[in-house]
Amino acid sequence: MQHVDGNALAGPLAEFFSFDATTATARCNGCGALGELARAMVYRSGAGTVVRCSTCDHVLATLVETTDRAWIGLSGISAIEVRRG
Amino acid sequence: MSEATAQTTSPAAASAAAVPAVPRSGWHVATVASTRRETPNASRIELEVDGWPGNAAGQHLDVRLTAPDGYTATRSYSIASSGAGTRVTLAVDRLPDGEVSPYLVDDVRAGDMLEVHGPLGAFFVWAPDAAHAAAAVDARPVQLIAGGSGVVPLYAMAEAHGVAQDPTRFRLLYSVRSPDDVYFADELRRLAEASAPLQLDLVYTRRAPDGWRTPPARITREVLESAVIPAAERPRVFVCGSTGFVERVADWLVELGHDARSIRTERYGGT
Ligand SMILES: Cc1cc2nc3c(=O)[nH]c(=O)nc-3n(C[C@H](O)[C@H](O)[C@H](O)COP(=O)(O)OP(=O)(O)OC[C@H]3O[C@@H](n4cnc5c(N)ncnc54)[C@H](O)[C@@H]3O)c2cc1C
Ligand SMILES: [Zn+2]
Repeated sequence: MQHVDGNALAGPLAEFFSFDATTATARCNGCGALGELARAMVYRSGAGTVVRCSTCDHVLATLVETTDRAWIGLSGISAIEVRRG
Repeated sequence: MSEATAQTTSPAAASAAAVPAVPRSGWHVATVASTRRETPNASRIELEVDGWPGNAAGQHLDVRLTAPDGYTATRSYSIASSGAGTRVTLAVDRLPDGEVSPYLVDDVRAGDMLEVHGPLGAFFVWAPDAAHAAAAVDARPVQLIAGGSGVVPLYAMAEAHGVAQDPTRFRLLYSVRSPDDVYFADELRRLAEASAPLQLDLVYTRRAPDGWRTPPARITREVLESAVIPAAERPRVFVCGSTGFVERVADWLVELGHDARSIRTERYGGT
């Protein structure tokens, strides 16, 4: 299945976060790697979007969007760090 | 926390300090201002976007199409333009079996309305001001590497660099099928001759111009090595194109000694 970068999450994540979350650093639950969400691998399909760690392939997040709701699961991320200023 | 500290971190001061370099994104109604053929397979689309806050070079937007029955399709497109103003330029490549791109390339006309979400993405961007500020401490050159339509956000960066007369060294390696498939061909040529020059290296994969020094072929590790700013000069590298192109190039760059943290990628999808 084809994939893109976490850059492509900027639009969908704008519904959940009040800043551009693709520049935030997330820690992978699978391997502990730290990386900007923009560097993650993103698999999109009609059913939803799966975000995987680019180091170990672990599922970091899942998104489902329909006309009347948007849902995000962050089960594979143990922490998110945001830079201030 | 002391009174004094609390004073200096009043909500007003804190929000002023945290004002993002990139404006807040939102949904907008866009009117197609003009369309023109960019290459035999791609179209340049100029949008007039109501309430557009401006964008940085390298950002993208999401286009949402809605069918009469309510079915929607959303796709991301890089923005070829940057700066203030409500005009936004896109360049879209037609995929033969695509759902959205054939419509954008063949059917969209001036006066049509589209829904767009943006500007999006603060990661795959280059800003002249930031580069200027950084230049004092860390004047790192910038290497751009594009495959096909992947040149769109990189062209925006090269143009912003030229307009700002930014002194940062800029080089673009651009892989295209044939001379007819070069996006922004005239603009790139002009940038290559400008006073803050863009060093432009083209690689033809199917058909080269007459008298071209090398036969057409895909980029190899050797070509990459000879046509990018060497790892020893610690360039910031932006790579954009189809997923397969970007992954091949990014892997080679790391093998050639480039620091993975200095490489930013934008995969457009496909294989
Ligand atoms: C951040 C970002 C920016 C982008 N910017 C641009 C841009 O400036 N210009 C542009 O033309 N495209 C750009 N794209 C790609 C664009 O979003 C669409 O994927 C593309 O237009 C195909 O959409 P479609 O609906 O026509 O094809 P779909 O119906 O989605 O797919 C049709 C078939 O083509 C394959 N496919 C999908 N995308 C690609 C691809 N890029 N290359 C090869 N095969 C593919 C699919 O796997 C499928 O088999 C960008 C993508 C991202 C993530
Ligand atoms: Zn991991």
